[in-house]
Amino acid sequence: MNTNVLEKFPQNDRSALIPLLQEIQENYGYLPEEVLQQAADHVGMPLCTVYGVATFYNQFRLIPLGENVIRVCRGTACHVKSSANILFALETALNIKAGQTTRDKLFSLEVVSCIGACSIAPVISVNDEYFGRLAVKDIDKIVKKYSARKVSVSTANENQES
Amino acid sequence: MIELTINNIKVKAEEGMTILEAAKTVGISVPTLCHLKDLNPTGACRICVVEVEGFKNLIPSCAYPVSEGMVVDTNSNRVRRSRKTIVELLVENHPQDCLICVRNKNCELQDLSERYSVREHRFAGESKNHAIDISSASLERDPAKCILCGRCVRICNEVQKVGAIDFVNRGFSSIVTTPYNKGLNVSDCILCGQCIIVCPTAALREKSSLKIVTNTLASKTKYAVVQIAPAVRASLGEEYNMPAGTDVTGKLVSGLRRLGFKKVFDTNFAADLTIMEEATELIHRVQKNENLPLFTSCCPGWVKYAEGKHPEILDNISTCKSPHEMEGAVLKSYYARKMGLKPEDIFVVSIMPCTVKKYESARSELSKDSIPDVDAVITTRELVRLFNMAGVDFTDLPDDEFDNPLGESTGAAAIFGTSGGVMEAALRSAVFLITGKNSDNIEYTEIRGNRDIKESTLKIGDLELNVAVVNGIGNVETMIKKINSGEKKYHFIEVMACPGGCINGGGQPIHQKTENVIKRVKALYEIDRLATSRRSHENEAVKTIYKEYFEEPGSHLAHEILHTEYFDRSR
Ligand code: SF4
Ligand code: SF4
Ligand code: FES
Repeated sequence: MNTNVLEKFPQNDRSALIPLLQEIQENYGYLPEEVLQQAADHVGMPLCTVYGVATFYNQFRLIPLGENVIRVCRGTACHVKSSANILFALETALNIKAGQTTRDKLFSLEVVSCIGACSIAPVISVNDEYFGRLAVKDIDKIVKKYSARKVSVSTANENQES
Repeated sequence: MIELTINNIKVKAEEGMTILEAAKTVGISVPTLCHLKDLNPTGACRICVVEVEGFKNLIPSCAYPVSEGMVVDTNSNRVRRSRKTIVELLVENHPQDCLICVRNKNCELQDLSERYSVREHRFAGESKNHAIDISSASLERDPAKCILCGRCVRICNEVQKVGAIDFVNRGFSSIVTTPYNKGLNVSDCILCGQCIIVCPTAALREKSSLKIVTNTLASKTKYAVVQIAPAVRASLGEEYNMPAGTDVTGKLVSGLRRLGFKKVFDTNFAADLTIMEEATELIHRVQKNENLPLFTSCCPGWVKYAEGKHPEILDNISTCKSPHEMEGAVLKSYYARKMGLKPEDIFVVSIMPCTVKKYESARSELSKDSIPDVDAVITTRELVRLFNMAGVDFTDLPDDEFDNPLGESTGAAAIFGTSGGVMEAALRSAVFLITGKNSDNIEYTEIRGNRDIKESTLKIGDLELNVAVVNGIGNVETMIKKINSGEKKYHFIEVMACPGGCINGGGQPIHQKTENVIKRVKALYEIDRLATSRRSHENEAVKTIYKEYFEEPGSHLAHEILHTEYFDRSR
């Protein structure tokens, strides 16, 4: 890997752990397993403790994000407007749970506390686009819209496996 | 000295004591969960809270030091209510499995629920639902039963310094697990079981081997024999309310006979045999000045650790199989031939104070023609279950003696069960093997006791042997640094993964008292002191086996049957 990421930080210094993890995530978009091990060796802590830290903070992710990130607002206003059903519909449509990425790496599904668009609750965002006043029946359409875009992107190798 | 009042009792306490410790001195017991003696308090569980005059909030007594004139109430309504709420919340987020749980009647959560009279489900709701990890040969992890006290994490990280498990995730999804929640079998875990010993519930437990043992005992075709590790005889009594440190060897032997074992042998025999092989190995290496220091190989936890973290020193580890594996190997070769038995018909069960031995017995090198040297390992705790199942009333058993020839042993073998014992036994015989004469000294007190690393120098003629004893795997990195620094040339190093040695192994009775371990150790030294013979090379049965079979220590045949090899298993 990119050893220079590690070199920026002192060895055997536990206090360097969080900035180091942030830097790795900056570089890779997430915390790959082998790199986490190298980071653990670098700061002189067991992998398990480092893994514990990485899973404790929401800012760190252990799996790469999909091409499209769907965020479902579960704030109070959206909750009142049945955002639970929206989430369930998305989980069913994508066949993953919140916090996961589809096997074809096309979608990641996340839950957020409040997007700040309560007036159009229930609301979700896909990448930088917002969809408000949603009903369960709208979900399929939205998912299809982003699946369709995928075709132009080549992931031929990955698809062959399945 | 500090004076304070606890529950209206005047208490004199030493400066720096916690409220918890001060209360204990006057017979007031405060419940604890996350607290571990000798480690810094984390104050995580809050079950130990007390009321202190002048403080608005309840104070965690395990973490708070006493001060002059302090007025403490450990038993106010407020204290009891808040403790009870904690217990209720824990109980509600715990499987209601008591009736079928291996820790039934030996569970701290159950005790607390009883102590605070939890009689209803007040907080019914979603409870955690984690999968059980049965991937390792020795341990099972059942995180659904975990109450997140963190004791296992601290033992593994701060005492054993292995760091195999830790807290992962946060809030409701918090779980104590391995990196990426993988199986223990592919983690850094050395299966020492120290985490089992401290776990208040059944979230960590040994993998049971009872079924195969009971089935074999019922089988008409198998010749089931059993052997007992030195440490078991000094601890088993605790499970039957005998004073800690009672030597129950005689009862153990008769109890095992009643279970239906054809023969009851003593791992101590093989311990003497180990000394003959290992001391010879040491002498050869010193003469040739190669692969020094020699490390002991009796502890499979240490071997697993070295294979995972220090493949560079595998050549330094003695090639001797551990004693119970030697005993098994001898049973299926020498003994089988002598008795006209087929090796595949003999089923060897080892009763061990250890959880790693389960994994060890499954290692394929420790077998011959696909017949394992040892077929099943059960822990001291499992033996109690076996006795209970069979209706063996242990306390009333008469004393009985081991079968021979693999039941004869010396005092040197008995002390294998404690840190420093293998080294001491080896030194007793090394002198003889080099000079042909016994040393005057028989007790090597400088390598006894509970220090982390114990060192000594043995002078034999012009030869000076520097030896060291590593008491607990958590100290092994310090030792390796010492060796690498070159400040001193070491010749022989004993390593035991469990602090205190096998006597405090991960398969021993579950207790929270260090005093018990100290008493168990005393019992082993007492067996040694009273033994008619205290030097392994004086074991008559061992002498005979060399005469009739192996010819001499380190012979070709001895290597084939009594020695093994190690593999680089580092990442
Ligand atoms: S068995 Fe030993 S090494 Fe494994 S998790 Fe428990 S304490 Fe750590
Ligand atoms: S597994 Fe046992 S010792 Fe470890 S945190 Fe859970 S309850 Fe405590
Ligand atoms: S025992 Fe004191 S806070 Fe847990």
